[in-house]
Amino acid sequence: MPIKVLVAKPGLDGHDRGAKIVARALRDAGMEVVYTGLHQTPEMIVTAAVQEDVDVVGVSILSGAHMTIFPKIMALLKEHDVDDIAVVGGGVIQEADIPKLKALGVREIFNAEATTQELIDGIERIVGETGRDRSRREAGAAR
Amino acid sequence: MIARRAHRDLARAITSVENGIADYQVTAARLAAQGHRREGAGHAAIIGVTGPPGAGKSTLVDRLIEGFRANGETVAVIAVDPSSPFTHGAVLGDRVRMQRHAGDAGVFIRSMASRSAGGGLAPATRDAVRLADAAGFDVVVVETVGVGQVELEIVAVADVIVVVTVPALGDSVQTIKAGLTEIADIFVVNMADRPGANATAVDLKHMVREGKREIPVLQTIARDGTGVSELFAALGARRGAEDSNAVRAVRFELVRRARDEAVRHALAALDSPDAAAILERLRAHELTRNDAIDLLLPMLGGPVHAH
Repeated sequence: MPIKVLVAKPGLDGHDRGAKIVARALRDAGMEVVYTGLHQTPEMIVTAAVQEDVDVVGVSILSGAHMTIFPKIMALLKEHDVDDIAVVGGGVIQEADIPKLKALGVREIFNAEATTQELIDGIERIVGETGRDRSRREAGAAR
Repeated sequence: MIARRAHRDLARAITSVENGIADYQVTAARLAAQGHRREGAGHAAIIGVTGPPGAGKSTLVDRLIEGFRANGETVAVIAVDPSSPFTHGAVLGDRVRMQRHAGDAGVFIRSMASRSAGGGLAPATRDAVRLADAAGFDVVVVETVGVGQVELEIVAVADVIVVVTVPALGDSVQTIKAGLTEIADIFVVNMADRPGANATAVDLKHMVREGKREIPVLQTIARDGTGVSELFAALGARRGAEDSNAVRAVRFELVRRARDEAVRHALAALDSPDAAAILERLRAHELTRNDAIDLLLPMLGGPVHAH
């Protein structure tokens, strides 16, 4: 079954060309990509992740707000009991912050130099690791 | 009000039917075991919204959510977008227009890729609608992919069908063609601030006047909400009326299932040794294509038509 990914663009910066390129590339790799538009709050992102039952949430942040936005998203995923959904990040994120984000549970950060193929390979690898295999998972089964 | 927890369980139940992990009965039973299911399905009003790509269906659905919520009703939306026939990938973008409802637990929005289906819905849309109904939502809105003239599967799913169009897509001949215009319970000419809106509405009204059923033709500007209260009035009137769509919906669904079944039989028959022998003779130029078809047809198990 296709991998389902939410491509989310939080915060106040209005640049979504990168997010759209990513959405298109993932689509061409055979994934089902939910795109939610600009200016998403962490609450909007997590609501969409819950209702869409995605495998991966990809968050694009260019504004420098990643150290406030990612912790909120991770906390809300836990609160909704969907922290089996993998979170990855992209955009402009300082090297020094990457270990901190990974300590929060963010699976991978794809910086601006990452190719779309690296992104596709990374997402396929992460979905394999999380074991959220949509073709086998029991709906609402206790985890 | 629908509990947040129920959103997660409904979402995962839909994935389960979408990916063929479990059928509807099993999945619905599991929802019930989790305490989310009301007795039986069939309580929700199911509203179909269809029309060509870019007509404003999602924006109009956003307005419908707003209106139903103002009326105290909970709303689930199932929004279908196309899958690539080449890569099977999809970009599901209908949510973009509806994100302001994210904080409202009375609203559940699910995007579905159309996968292999060609009728404007996904193979599991019907089951997703039933699950949302069973989970307790008062209204289920189904938004089809942007359709042309013959993607009509919504007929078999929705109680009321809103066909959304926009001005100046063609002249009045378009309104008398078969297909999409035949399934409307309500016509909406959206983007009514654009040139040609009145002419489009007049063409539709003429077409409606010649038909047997009374079908309102409304004009809206979904972006700012103009005309939406009239749409609600029309929907309200339909919800109280007798179910004139029921027979049509059942016929449509039965024909579809019979066709699927016939296709399965035909494919199985083509795997038989007798069929393989005929295909081998075709390959060896011992038979023409039409000869091969005439020989194969009686094996398919259905009625035989002379070629």
